[in-house]
Amino acid sequence: MRIVQELLFIIAFGMAVYLFSTKVRQIRRNILLGRDKDLNDHPDLRWKNLLLLAFGQKKMFRNPLVAVLHFFVYAGFIIINLEILEIILDGILGTHRLFVPVLGGLYPVLIGAFEVLAVLVMLGCIVFLVRRNILKLRRFISKDLNGWPRSDANYILITEIALMFLFLTMNTADQQMQLRGSEHYIATGNFLVTGSLASIFNHMSDGTLIAIERTCWWLHILGILAFLNYLPYSKHLHIILAFPNAYYASLEPAGEMENMPAVQKEVQLMLQPELAANEPAPEGIPKFGAKDVFDLTWKNLLDAYSCTECGRCSAACPANITGKALSPRKIMMDTRDRAEEVGRNINKNGAFTDDSKTLLRDYITEEELRACTTCNACVQECPVSISPLDIILQLRRHLVMEESSAPAEWTGMFSNIENNMAPWKFSMDDRDKWATEMNQ
Amino acid sequence: MQIKTMATYAANGETPEILFWVGCAGSFDQRAQKITKAFATILDKTGVQFAILGKEESCTGDPARRAGNEFIFQMMAQNNIQLLNMYGVKKIVTACPHCFNILKNEYPALGGNYEVIHHTTFLQSLIDEGKIKMKEGGVFKGKKITYHDSCYLGRGNNIYEAPRKVLETLDAELVEMKRCRSKGLCCGAGGAQMFKEEEKGTTRINFDRGHEAVDTGASVIAANCPFCMTMLTDGVKETGKEDEVKVLDIAELIAMNME
Repeated sequence: MRIVQELLFIIAFGMAVYLFSTKVRQIRRNILLGRDKDLNDHPDLRWKNLLLLAFGQKKMFRNPLVAVLHFFVYAGFIIINLEILEIILDGILGTHRLFVPVLGGLYPVLIGAFEVLAVLVMLGCIVFLVRRNILKLRRFISKDLNGWPRSDANYILITEIALMFLFLTMNTADQQMQLRGSEHYIATGNFLVTGSLASIFNHMSDGTLIAIERTCWWLHILGILAFLNYLPYSKHLHIILAFPNAYYASLEPAGEMENMPAVQKEVQLMLQPELAANEPAPEGIPKFGAKDVFDLTWKNLLDAYSCTECGRCSAACPANITGKALSPRKIMMDTRDRAEEVGRNINKNGAFTDDSKTLLRDYITEEELRACTTCNACVQECPVSISPLDIILQLRRHLVMEESSAPAEWTGMFSNIENNMAPWKFSMDDRDKWATEMNQ
Repeated sequence: MQIKTMATYAANGETPEILFWVGCAGSFDQRAQKITKAFATILDKTGVQFAILGKEESCTGDPARRAGNEFIFQMMAQNNIQLLNMYGVKKIVTACPHCFNILKNEYPALGGNYEVIHHTTFLQSLIDEGKIKMKEGGVFKGKKITYHDSCYLGRGNNIYEAPRKVLETLDAELVEMKRCRSKGLCCGAGGAQMFKEEEKGTTRINFDRGHEAVDTGASVIAANCPFCMTMLTDGVKETGKEDEVKVLDIAELIAMNME
């Protein structure tokens, strides 16, 4: 019987790891569809960002109450993983609480701490469910989340509560069995939370308790393996990608826009034609700006997969606040959806086959892009170092430079700059009129 | 007062301490011209040796670049850099956060390396050096002032303190809007929005901000950007409080309060 359980466990575990790693490789491939950008400079500053923004969740603390609850869930997730290591080893080796002899008196202290965290995780998740479904915060009832994204968020919270409940029930049954001196249930000492709950199970038979303990053990670990494979399809992937995304976050001042060396060169040759003689002919026609995910940088696509759709960006976006079509969160969700669509296309055809769709227009409309004031509020608010603004600006560059698509007022502004050196139609001679007035 | 150009200085074989980059709004917009004049007056009174480019100055290319037109940006930027380098400019002060951001952060990639200072930071250093003498019992003593963070100075370049420190010297009561500093709400003009009609929405961004600023009970809204100036002035008008609440640039506030 034991060997059957071990075998079943190894098969389940192996399948979970295999499926997860396959999907992870696909996501990595999808992210690398983006154009190259070197983000390996200043490793010291990057590690600092990783520690402060991802580990330390610095930006979450802009709202301290939510930050503390989120920190419980996050710390619970990270720390309880130590317990999962024991569970997996027990599963493979057919042992029960393998670490007890190794850790001795420390063991019940550790498990007790995990149990406290588990209770805090449940508390956090319940508050989050209330905020989403009962208090209906503006950023959670937004139409951005209609359909699957809204369910996704609730599934995650409910699953986390269920997993913590199974973990605590398993330990409670275990503690009761230990009290009865059952041979298989190795004495660990009192666990902080479930130690005092064990008496709930006083009236139950040994058989029932073992059934409860084993069922919870299996459901808990199978639940975790299933959750692991749910992650890559869900917004919850941020628990992994927030870390690399913080590492690769922009180190430039937020106000700075990326230069376009190809255009720089072209204009340079136009202004100084004497340089052209020594220039090699350009290879092919360069593309300006971004129309689809291939034209964005890999960091933009990593951003998209890191987004957990919390909506802090859109809640701070002046355009969104005043009812415009733009929502920075939707920009990120659209980018991920398109990257996934392209990924499925590649899975099916071996290589990307034109589907006559693009990120621009099939997902993101011109109206959305036009509403952006480049105020950087979305970038500032994002707890996981995403820049929706960078994507918006690249799409705008495509619209103007590849399609000459701009509102008439902008076309006028462009020609004013070109002809009068100012965005308005004033005479260049009047530029210092104010000074002449003062000099009189 | 005698405002000289870089060309005049160069003709005499001299270089001024700073170049005052006026910007298109500061040069042509009637309201912003007053800010330009106020700042030039402060520079003159404090004995800062400065020059302007005069007719030689061109748009930095900011609105074109943010709208997506990199070609026009590159044309403007490369011509400006050629001119600035020809005059051997080292230090630039500007009263426009858009010019400030692009000169400071985006010109270096094209070969334009200068020390670029926003006028609020420059005013703070003049105050710190004791060069600005305020009137006894200042004009704004006891009055409520609220400060609007421009996006390109605040979030764009992390400058939140200098403008506030300058305002503190006015002996006024500084009241903050709920959305301030890194949480400050945009006036609605950035990203070339200044030059087009807003997209369809439920309200205008500057109406939202105007209400928020007026609701603080302040009689002065302090700005640091000519575009914010336009937007906030219209925003205040929309609340019907334009007689009680004035939108003024920090340079104007200091100029009014100087001896």
